[in-house]
Amino acid sequence: MCASSVCQKGPLVFYGKDGGVMISIKNLTKIYQNGSQSVKALDNISLHIKKGEIAGIIGYSGAGKSSLVRCLNMLEKPTAGTITIDNREITSLSDEELRVARREIAMVFQHFNLLSSRTVFGNVAFPLEIAGVPKREIKQRVEKLLSLVGLVDKAAVYPAQLSGGQKQRVGIARALANDPKVLLCDEATSALDPETTKSILKLLKDINCQLDLTILIITHEMKVITEICDTVAVLENGSIIEMGNVVDVFTRPQHPTTRAFVQTVINTEIPEPVRQHIGQGGDGKVIRISFIGDHTEKPVISRIVKKFDVDANILYGNIDHLQDTPFGGLIIKLTGQQDDIARAEEYLAGQGLQIEVITNEH
Amino acid sequence: MSIDLNFIVNHLIEISPELWKAAYQTTVMVGATMLFSVITGVPLGVLLVVTEKGGIMESPKFCSVLGTIVNVFRSIPFIILLIALFPLTRLLVGTTVGTAAATVPLVVGAAPFVARIVESSLKEVDKGVVEAAISMGAKPWQIITKVLLPEALPGIILGLTITTVTVIGYSAMAGVVGGGGLGDLAYRYGFQRFDEITTYAVVVILVVMVQLVQSLGNWLSKAVNKK
Repeated sequence: MCASSVCQKGPLVFYGKDGGVMISIKNLTKIYQNGSQSVKALDNISLHIKKGEIAGIIGYSGAGKSSLVRCLNMLEKPTAGTITIDNREITSLSDEELRVARREIAMVFQHFNLLSSRTVFGNVAFPLEIAGVPKREIKQRVEKLLSLVGLVDKAAVYPAQLSGGQKQRVGIARALANDPKVLLCDEATSALDPETTKSILKLLKDINCQLDLTILIITHEMKVITEICDTVAVLENGSIIEMGNVVDVFTRPQHPTTRAFVQTVINTEIPEPVRQHIGQGGDGKVIRISFIGDHTEKPVISRIVKKFDVDANILYGNIDHLQDTPFGGLIIKLTGQQDDIARAEEYLAGQGLQIEVITNEH
Repeated sequence: MSIDLNFIVNHLIEISPELWKAAYQTTVMVGATMLFSVITGVPLGVLLVVTEKGGIMESPKFCSVLGTIVNVFRSIPFIILLIALFPLTRLLVGTTVGTAAATVPLVVGAAPFVARIVESSLKEVDKGVVEAAISMGAKPWQIITKVLLPEALPGIILGLTITTVTVIGYSAMAGVVGGGGLGDLAYRYGFQRFDEITTYAVVVILVVMVQLVQSLGNWLSKAVNKK
């Protein structure tokens, strides 16, 4: 069990965990052949996910996310490339070997996919029955799993009587039954309301901590990524367009699609009244200063006003938190001598801040 | 013609041993037919589903051959099947007359029907649930017995109810060729002796039988349906 203090630190977990690589995807390509038409769902994807990490893959529908996650347990056979999970190349296993390997690659589904003919207990027992676990052991194991997901009192109930969130808890308990090494979540919270999503994400995070389980989450919701993921890959048209640590990727998004995802949780657009004000012109240079982490605590504005002969008028500002890292932006209008302004800008850039010129009227 | 209630009652009492015997024969015939039809039809239906394209034991050629055979038997009118199967019946039962003999063509007629009904019920099972089972490493046999059949059970029961009602109808036809049962009784008394009262009594018994079967089927299907 890992210390809870580490788990709550968000991005630090990524660096703090020293496990090896759990999932290694190399040059994965998936082409769907439909008659004479072929669709390239995944285009030469390479990706590594470390042991104990919560990795997110985000993309719009049709980006290839589902194909990717389904290749990981061979529900889809890759057209080319290799997938290695825990040092085992699953793309080259026989049918029988694959069946055994699949017990360690558990999956949670968007629509839960529970057996309606079985009770909650029966659903969680199902993968154990398949694996040939003795009856008495199944009972103990199921009870333990149900208490882990907080559904002990629902053991005898049929899925039809459960709420969406409870169904997904059953789905998660079922996925954990055979002590998997990897948990694949295919849009696991997309059918749930925001409140329930939160509680399911918390459960996944707890499981990740308690069992040191590697989790791969496929989603189109930015909130899921920012809430629990350590790393993220942005998928578009079957290719990874950006990947890395969540804070790094989302505080400095390079690609328009990544920026669009960031927009859904953090407003980096300039509000209309401010934009109008800037548009009215007047003397001065309007710049945007973006900062991440420690920089938010430095009094840079008052310093440039003191150090250089410039005035700084703050037009707009915001600070947000991505996991536990604060970041934000300020839009200020600098007025004064042109070379004073230039030196002030230089100073700001020297502090490790990102400067972007919006208008420059003189 | 005025209705003589006295005569009707007396006649019914008179033929009641025959009626009961015929009803019993029909019940046995239909019961045995359903038993053997389920034993052969359910595996056929399962095979049709698991071997189809995209099924868990994909084998499209096998599936289309099997599908064709099923269709051939389903397209033969029962009355023709009844006569055409005389050699097979003689081979299996030793005679072509009697309740046991009538069961042979009834099974051959009903089993393909059961196969198609099981097939369509199994196709209703949520693909995602099957996929979940595959992702857990389930073998095809485990998927059939632990996922497909239990999940489709309410539909299969309703389908078997429909089949039973149809078989009750078929069994009356079997009676015409000496199979015994209610059809036989109605034919001998009602048609050959112009005994309308017996005909109507048979109809009433058949209606009650069908009602009972349908109610039982509905109740059972509902009882196993946890959706």
